[in-house]
Amino acid sequence: MKARVHVMLKNGVLDPQGEAVRHALGALGFDGVNGVRQGKVIELDLAEGATEADVTAMCEKLLANTVIESYSVEIG
Amino acid sequence: MKAAVIVFPGSNCDRDLAVAFEAAGADVQMVWHKDTELPRDLDIVGVPGGFSFGDYLRCGAIAANSPICNSLKAHTDRGGYAIGICNGFQVLTETGILPGALLRNAGLKYICKSIGLKVVTRDSAFTEGYNAGDIINIPIAHHDGNYYADDATIDTLHDQDRIAFTYTENPNGAAKDIAGILSENRRVLGMMPHPERAADAGHGGTDGAALFRALMGALAPA
Repeated sequence: MKARVHVMLKNGVLDPQGEAVRHALGALGFDGVNGVRQGKVIELDLAEGATEADVTAMCEKLLANTVIESYSVEIG
Repeated sequence: MKAAVIVFPGSNCDRDLAVAFEAAGADVQMVWHKDTELPRDLDIVGVPGGFSFGDYLRCGAIAANSPICNSLKAHTDRGGYAIGICNGFQVLTETGILPGALLRNAGLKYICKSIGLKVVTRDSAFTEGYNAGDIINIPIAHHDGNYYADDATIDTLHDQDRIAFTYTENPNGAAKDIAGILSENRRVLGMMPHPERAADAGHGGTDGAALFRALMGALAPA
């Protein structure tokens, strides 16, 4: 089973990297970019029998810091 | 005073912290992150600065889940003292021992310089060697020192007088200029600046030495 975990800074938490990317896009002439948020994608290759609940536990324990980050899990 | 300093792969202030503890008169043992038990009868555990596990995933995240951190958590749950400096502060927030998190510096740059810190409270074993309102000079060296917590947590820290140090000129975007915070029982301190790098005349400044001397005074057997 494959799982893909998306981790993003929560809304309201300043994302200075996303802000820097937004500035760089503006400097390249890409007008109209109102905001950029940068996150990460973690791909997991899981053994038979693993469940979405296992992946959620991994997110809660390690993959995301829920003080500042939200996550979503895609299976398959 | 018996102290232990935890060493992770990528720690680089572990020996500096040990030297600062020793200069204050402590017996220091270094403890490897794969060890499962801290030494017995410790007065304080130091979680040092550096780049544990290369800052992979998030600063301090992998270190916070290493075997020794279960023992660290048990130590602080029992009311034991601990200090986390820089990466050590990040580890303490990742373990949940201290609230909040350290985000990337608002200016995105790694900052390494001496900086002014205001001592906000002297009501702790770490800060009683200063007076509230003192301005001290301590080096910072970090890329992710931008303290963040939700508004309710910040209010709680403020109301319980748990903000230990603030920056006189905020270098990294930290909420309320926060440079260091205390746990609810005031026995755990996390701070981004490096008092162990300002603890000897050879460092170019000694404003950090009073922190270690105060700890020694508070924790040494009577």
